[in-house]
Amino acid sequence: MKAYDYDIVVIGGGPAGLAAAVAARDAGAGDILILERDREPGGILNQCIHNGFGLHTFREELTGPEYAARFIAMVRERHITCLTETMVTDIDRDKTVTAVNRTQGVFRIRACAVVLAMGCRERARGALHIPGYRPAGIFSAGTAQRLVNMEGYLPGREVVILGSGDIGLIMARRMTLEGAKVKVVAELLPYSGGLKRNIVQCLDDFGIPLKLSHTVVAIRGRERVEGVTLAQVDAAGKPVPGTEEDYACDTLLLSVGLIPENELTRGMGVEMDAVTAGPAVNESLETNLPGVFACGNVLHVHDLVDYVSEEAACAGRNAAIFAEKRRIGEIADSGPQGVASGCEPETVLVPGPGVRYTVPQRIRTERMGERLTVRFRAGAVYRDAYIGVYCNEERVIHRRKPVIAPGEMETIILEKRLLTAYSNLQQITITIEEA
Amino acid sequence: MYDVCIIGAGVTGCAIARELSRYRASVCVVERCEDVCCGTSKANSAIVHAGYDAANGSLMARLNVKGNAMMGALAQELDFPFLRNGSLVTCLREADIPGLEALLDRGRKNGVTGLRILSREEAHAVEPNLSDAVAAALYAPSGGIVCPFLLTIALAENAAVNGVTFRFDTNVKEIRRENGQYILETGQGQIKSRLVVNAAGVYADVFHNMVSEDKIHITPRRGEYCLLDRSAGGHVRHTIFTLPTERGKGVLVTPTVHGNLLTGPTATDITDREGTDTTRAGLDEVMEKAAQAVRDIPFRETITSFSGLRAHEDGHDFIIGEPADAPGFFDAAGIESPGLTAAPAIGVMVADLLRDRLRLQKNDSFRARRKGILRPADLCVEDRNELIRKHPAYGTIVCRCESVTEGEIIDAIRRPVGARSLDGVKRRTRAGMGRCQSDFCSPRVMEILARELGIPMEAVTKCGGASRVVGKRMEKGGQEGTAS
Repeated sequence: MKAYDYDIVVIGGGPAGLAAAVAARDAGAGDILILERDREPGGILNQCIHNGFGLHTFREELTGPEYAARFIAMVRERHITCLTETMVTDIDRDKTVTAVNRTQGVFRIRACAVVLAMGCRERARGALHIPGYRPAGIFSAGTAQRLVNMEGYLPGREVVILGSGDIGLIMARRMTLEGAKVKVVAELLPYSGGLKRNIVQCLDDFGIPLKLSHTVVAIRGRERVEGVTLAQVDAAGKPVPGTEEDYACDTLLLSVGLIPENELTRGMGVEMDAVTAGPAVNESLETNLPGVFACGNVLHVHDLVDYVSEEAACAGRNAAIFAEKRRIGEIADSGPQGVASGCEPETVLVPGPGVRYTVPQRIRTERMGERLTVRFRAGAVYRDAYIGVYCNEERVIHRRKPVIAPGEMETIILEKRLLTAYSNLQQITITIEEA
Repeated sequence: MYDVCIIGAGVTGCAIARELSRYRASVCVVERCEDVCCGTSKANSAIVHAGYDAANGSLMARLNVKGNAMMGALAQELDFPFLRNGSLVTCLREADIPGLEALLDRGRKNGVTGLRILSREEAHAVEPNLSDAVAAALYAPSGGIVCPFLLTIALAENAAVNGVTFRFDTNVKEIRRENGQYILETGQGQIKSRLVVNAAGVYADVFHNMVSEDKIHITPRRGEYCLLDRSAGGHVRHTIFTLPTERGKGVLVTPTVHGNLLTGPTATDITDREGTDTTRAGLDEVMEKAAQAVRDIPFRETITSFSGLRAHEDGHDFIIGEPADAPGFFDAAGIESPGLTAAPAIGVMVADLLRDRLRLQKNDSFRARRKGILRPADLCVEDRNELIRKHPAYGTIVCRCESVTEGEIIDAIRRPVGARSLDGVKRRTRAGMGRCQSDFCSPRVMEILARELGIPMEAVTKCGGASRVVGKRMEKGGQEGTAS
């Protein structure tokens, strides 16, 4: 009997899961299974009917469903099985995946390698302690998007949006095109968390005001939203008395942050990064559990799907390599005792001043490719600043950027020959340095 | 013409209805909202109090201790979650230990058993996350936690199965006595009844004062809460109180029967009987006060906040019985904390009064047992798969945060006194109660509600009335289109 049922089980059939599966197959993996909880693969792309996807991957501007369709077609061409409406309820440390659906009931699958690609969810109102009533008409921007674009309903007619993340901005435009009146987009921070192009194309082009350093301090209406009150906030995020402004509206959309959905990951006991709220990974995008990889928004929240696909392909390739090594016996077939990350010399990536986090969090220089993409986010908006990379104490990269903002993920390429030049490379620090 | 008309389908009204269904009588419960458990019963601390708080000799004390003693058997009989996790009343200064001793003494006089005072070391040993300031604690092993929704729903379902009629969306506007019977004018027409039970929560004084010159006065006392994710549910095992003041039992920290962590309430007297909004000051106060007795509460894990109104009567005791000048009108008024605990005992007390008044006979077909909604997650894999083979809807997980299947949601809608709104489904199944707060599952639950109730999606509500969730998409020019 085979020790496992599939070489690779991919948890989630959104952009990350699909790209990981395709890359794993192309890297030679045999049996690959994708488990998707929704009715069809494609994940959140299916409700993103606006264009702007695929500029990096396909060199054309696609809509979300078109972008997803490209990857779904690649999955089909490769005869990779994708089970939809299938919910994974548990993953053991030995990579036994428990799932449930209506045709097979509860079933267990033993995987040689697992790719975590569950995506993220939107932060709910409760986490922000927004006071007021709890009527109908308060939606996350993502739910509103699904209702309009996939289900064909209008969440409301007079809209206030809290949060200027990309989904909030996109929905400001979408609701306007649907005939609703979007009165204002409020943002708690002094800067938008969304892409610049979305502010221009979704707000400015439609004359929708963006109020920075503002938040919702009251929600009125007992059955359906009747209005909200906005107030300016001080540097600490506290509302400034006397700045309250009432807006009549029947709908409040919240776009106040995305949270990687790592309940399964935590259940496995995977080491987490407190800042990304995703697993901590090495250069192969492998967690501290050997053979468990992560990519996409479950690893850290992205702003461009193209980067998700690229990152997921890396995870998929490495999962394929892991499965192959185990097949030929190079990795012991003994569950989590395989080649534990930590047994080999590791270089720690440290987010220095100005940098909130890095992915990956550690590098085994022996195992990295010639070039390794490191993704990170800044903690504030910087103009004419430098990205600095330090090997131990020595600065090895000093790159100027006109604008660095928390809303746009930054990348830096580390070359293997640069790192292997150090005989004892303890840590690599990435910083943002003002001119 | 009913024998008994009960105003209010909260836990008190439903407990009375259920007890009354042991007798042969025509009973109707009228409720202004679309479901049971929509007022005070849905927004409270969900605590089964031991009974040391209420004044010696008060009705509140007697019914609290009796209701607490009844809760375990009732939970078995009606299949709702109840856990005797024990309560700790903490004090933060050595100087306050006499206050704990007074509470212990009061509790013993009220008939509470097992009470004892824990030293600083003992208290920290049983509850490691108590703050360093905790100097001692009163331990009440009979204290417990319950799901107030499922308790109320269980009582209502069982009452309905035993013949009680529920009339929802029915707002009582006027009550008058004519020819030895009561006439209730409602938004849905006239209801006639021989006897009336007033279980109207924060509105109980309004109805009482319609029929009696011996006026009562209820103040809505708002309590705000923060509910934390199940990831924080293990932060404390017991229900942690601080020494009570004249304003109430203070801010508590407790696990819930569903594994969340609940903190609150504040106590603010207001005039608006619908004032269930939360305030920034209130939520800040909850977080600040909760942290006095319990350290490191992960408020980052807050998934929702809410507020409820206690029906505080000026005399601060339950008012149960018939006003001298309103024969046939029975109050169950001023039911504030520990009203949830006392509800089973209030049910028996009021049903006994009504039985004696109407000389009711036993209902021989009364069925005491009720089964809750089947949770596939509670079954072994073999049984779960057998269930899914027979009913594939139990294989589709709709609410991912709380692992609620389509089968459970269908059951919640189809059973007696079934769910008719998103909140109704949520209270019965927990779909939408989790960390994403219904973000992912609400479109699916709406779809199931629309299908099961035979209504369009646009008619599905969050909580009845005007709380519709979505509209039709508009044609160009802002006109509402036909189903496009």
